[in-house]
Amino acid sequence: MFETISNFIAAFLTLSIFSFLYKDNPFYKFAEALLVGVSMGYAIPLVYESVFIPYVYTPIFLSHKFIIIIPALLGSLYIFRFSKNLGWLSRYPIVFGMSIIGMSIPMSINSYVLVQMRSAMLPIDGINSALIFIGTVTILLYFFFSKAHKGIYGKVTNVGIWFMMIGFGASFGYTVMARVSLLIGRIQFLLGDWLGLVK
Amino acid sequence: MKRQIPLIIIITLGFMFVAHSFIPHKISTEFFDWFQDWVKAISPFAVSLGIMSLFMVHGTKISRKVPNWQYSVVTLGGLIFTAVAGFVWGTQAGTPYMWLFENVQMPMSASMFALLAFYIASAAYKAFRARSAEATVLLIAAVIVMLGQVPLGAMISKWIPETSTWILNVPNLAAKRAIMIGVGLGMTATSLKILLGIERTYLGGGD
Repeated sequence: MFETISNFIAAFLTLSIFSFLYKDNPFYKFAEALLVGVSMGYAIPLVYESVFIPYVYTPIFLSHKFIIIIPALLGSLYIFRFSKNLGWLSRYPIVFGMSIIGMSIPMSINSYVLVQMRSAMLPIDGINSALIFIGTVTILLYFFFSKAHKGIYGKVTNVGIWFMMIGFGASFGYTVMARVSLLIGRIQFLLGDWLGLVK
Repeated sequence: MKRQIPLIIIITLGFMFVAHSFIPHKISTEFFDWFQDWVKAISPFAVSLGIMSLFMVHGTKISRKVPNWQYSVVTLGGLIFTAVAGFVWGTQAGTPYMWLFENVQMPMSASMFALLAFYIASAAYKAFRARSAEATVLLIAAVIVMLGQVPLGAMISKWIPETSTWILNVPNLAAKRAIMIGVGLGMTATSLKILLGIERTYLGGGD
């Protein structure tokens, strides 16, 4: 009985979301508003258990590392973000969190630029590796806007556009398949778990 | 001084961490580990910002009785009910909190993303109508990749899964690699702008 009621609620909310395919309506608006609230409400206890307890409560109250009171007080300054007079206090927790980007500079240069360039510079031993090299170089040239895309240079950057279109098409295809897979999951739930028409 | 002191903090700490990445001395490693504990202790309080923002936006709608204010009651009610369920009964399997996740949050978010399947199909139709050579190439690549993922593709021709794999491994890899290099350079430039105090929007308005 409890499972039937649970399935009925889940099915009602699923159909409320799908009702947007017809047009915007009160059922969709209700489900949309509920989704926002429940998603935020779901995150609060998770953050409390997985971040606040291990990194604030346990060090201060169980491990007696009282120095952690300082970052905890700094963190509580976030609440002044919406204050007109004391809003500047919220800058302190932000800058402490943001200063970690100092570490991200060498990391992003290494993982996004150097590793990718090294992979692109491997010996060209076949048609495929040659195509990958040509594609990478022509796309990078396309994003170089200090030179007008005219003449031979324009033709080279055009090759980059074609490579990008194929890449975007592949990403698009993958995204469509992921969404269709979710759709199949919801239809299986409606026809199987809820209505019992499919086993 | 309300802006200068935070800027001095981020510039000093930021460049210290850049130096630490290249010269990982024992002292700097210990300082970095200690600092990470501080950042982790600060981070959960950022959630309070999200909660306050949501309450301020929807509270204003309710108090002013703007059109469709009733949905704001649903949002805040859902938030309070789910959070209280998590704190009172815990977050383990079989609790009301997990029931809400399995029967309310998960079905709705999955349906919301599934809804995009229809709009993506509509977008594909519009792209095909553009009738440009580039749009056609994009659509052909997408169709081959889609067919390559399902048994129907292999049933039509054994070349479809092979072509799909080739598209993913060759031209798609070239595009992803070039875009990643661009993203890396962009990230580095933005990070440097923050560290040098050129980019200050994250500090917000006011003095």
